[in-house]
Amino acid sequence: MSRAPLLTVEHLTMRFGGLTAVNDLSFTAYRNEITAIIGPNGAGKTTVFNCLTGFYKPSVGRLTLTPAHGKSFLLERTEGFRIAKDARVARTFQNIRLFSGMSVLENLVVAQHNALMKASAYSLAGLFGLPGYRKAERQAVEIARYWLDKVGLTAHADWSAGNLPYGSQRRLEIARAMCTQPVLLCLDEPAAGLNPKESLELNTLLRDIRKEHGIGILLIEHDMSVVMQISDHVVVLDHGAPLSDGSPEQVRNDPAVIRAYLGAADDEDLPPEIAVPAAGGTH
Amino acid sequence: MTTPPAAAAPALHHHHHVSLSHMVKDSIAAGLLAALLALPLLGFHLLDSAQGLHLDTRFPLVLWAGLIVFGGRLGLSLAGAAIARRMSHQPATAAENVSAAPAKPKPIRKIAGWIMVAVALVLPFLPFSDRNLVDKATLLLIYVMLGWGLNIVVGLAGLLDLGYVAFYAVGAYSYALLSQYFGLNFWVCLPLAGLLSASFGMALGFPVLRLRGDYLAIVTLGFGEIIRVILLNWQDFTGGPNGIASIKRPSFFGLPFTAVSMDGQPSFAQFFGLDFSPDHRIIFLYYLILVLALATNLFTLRIRKLPIGRAWEALREDETACRSLGINPTKTKLSAFAIGAMFAGFAGSFFATRQGFISPESFTFIESAIILAIVVLGGMGSQIGIVLAAILLVGLPEWFRDLQLYRMLAFGGAMVLIMLWRPRGLLSSREPTIRLGDAPEAAE
Repeated sequence: MSRAPLLTVEHLTMRFGGLTAVNDLSFTAYRNEITAIIGPNGAGKTTVFNCLTGFYKPSVGRLTLTPAHGKSFLLERTEGFRIAKDARVARTFQNIRLFSGMSVLENLVVAQHNALMKASAYSLAGLFGLPGYRKAERQAVEIARYWLDKVGLTAHADWSAGNLPYGSQRRLEIARAMCTQPVLLCLDEPAAGLNPKESLELNTLLRDIRKEHGIGILLIEHDMSVVMQISDHVVVLDHGAPLSDGSPEQVRNDPAVIRAYLGAADDEDLPPEIAVPAAGGTH
Repeated sequence: MTTPPAAAAPALHHHHHVSLSHMVKDSIAAGLLAALLALPLLGFHLLDSAQGLHLDTRFPLVLWAGLIVFGGRLGLSLAGAAIARRMSHQPATAAENVSAAPAKPKPIRKIAGWIMVAVALVLPFLPFSDRNLVDKATLLLIYVMLGWGLNIVVGLAGLLDLGYVAFYAVGAYSYALLSQYFGLNFWVCLPLAGLLSASFGMALGFPVLRLRGDYLAIVTLGFGEIIRVILLNWQDFTGGPNGIASIKRPSFFGLPFTAVSMDGQPSFAQFFGLDFSPDHRIIFLYYLILVLALATNLFTLRIRKLPIGRAWEALREDETACRSLGINPTKTKLSAFAIGAMFAGFAGSFFATRQGFISPESFTFIESAIILAIVVLGGMGSQIGIVLAAILLVGLPEWFRDLQLYRMLAFGGAMVLIMLWRPRGLLSSREPTIRLGDAPEAAE
């Protein structure tokens, strides 16, 4: 299968005053692939996400999104909410951000706001209960039902989202992001706080999403079992700078990565079996 | 009363069970504190006699204050312990189900709503109704309508607005000025007043888009005061502190409520062959505000189930998440401000036509505070809760006007009690706007 680039990040740099959180990062995420961004704490992974999804404006760099259909977008020039609305980049958050006072189903229907808003003729048709809007709302519920089934929350559809157990909240947030029908799904530590069984379910869910919906997934994760099992492509960051980029095997054997993670001072300190450089490890 | 069996209760609930000796100690402390506070307030009494001022002591009163607080505190603790024990006997799973998964919508609340509407509809014709009662009910309904309007901004969209009365003022002055300068009648001015208020809502919305919570409250408070100060000082246009008098009263679709016909127009009484009575206008005004208020309610109930209403609630819950889902926070906030303000505008022009006289006096900050208190006490977002809170905050003080001195005391007391027992408002449970069962699967 030929790899078609979906997201191209070029020379992304983000400075906060004197602190450079991300320094000259370039990588490409491909369609139909799961790309993982890993790195020690404070490496600048979430900052990359915030730049991609319009929460920060990058100091330097170009972020190009090239969907299979329609025009491409320069994300660094797109207003925050438009990145989700027009460019169709959806995301989840490191500390879950659900609408916890609203029901599970409502969370999924709110995610389809823009489609429903159009169908309700900006509320006018909806106010008078015209059939066109009612049909659109039924469709929205059907989409929500599909995702509820996928993440196993159908039985809890009318619960308050805030009352769900932690693992279910993580899955609901992914379902909510998917209800916006994205071309790129950005997940900020989706496995954080999950038990091994839930972690496994997450792997299945993400593989399913990639296979059935043909979208690209960008993933920040600390849980190596998740990263190594499901990623097609791994980008490693350290102190805001790109450290390594390649397939999971390449990255796993990259001495620079091992050094960053194990904290060895020099190559000489490494045990010989790790210190052997893997072919094509770094770009 | 023996010591509560703390050991017998499930471990989860042990914190509800406090020993009797602890309760007594706590109550003694409360009593002592009360006595200490009462000492300067009640204990000493300045007497003005022929010999000049001298100090009188009333220590028994201090003792009484201490004892009352001691008794009250002890009673509360015992009652609390009894309730906690009863709760702990319920099976834990049942309690969990109730809190986590609200079952079908509670029909009681719906029935109560319809009963209220029915009572409101026949109120002027009940045997004990008189002019006074209908007039007070009209005032109450103005506050209910304002509460419902502000509920869109505060309850649904979560934007704390302390200057809501400004839009009420804009509506009232719109009607008064339009009818004064252009001779427009009430029915033409009503939508115009709503429109003008909505544009003021937008105008306020723009500068405060980035603000949240306390900051937003301060700016809206300032906005409310600015409007009032302008009305007060723009003497040539608004009449300044003298206000605007002899505002045109409403007509029944062109038929005036007067004793004799004017300009060849038959009056309401003549047209329907009734004996003239000043009550006709009072009753008409009552029904007018009832219709306006019910329209506000219907609108809110409907819009809650539309994408824009859901987006408001989502915005209240988490603005960041909203943006990540492609919801335009600017448009969403502005629409909430504008629509909330529009209903205040309608209520304002009704107020102007009912009073026949308006001045900046009627639009002080305390009005905003009362309306906000109605929304918060009612339970943010609850329509019936707002009616109850309006009855409590506006209705009761009106009816108990004779007890002048104790009015504010009762008001403050009620506020404290509600904040203690129902910190989230009288009716705070939220009904989802859509349920999975609602959308029929076999629809297509």
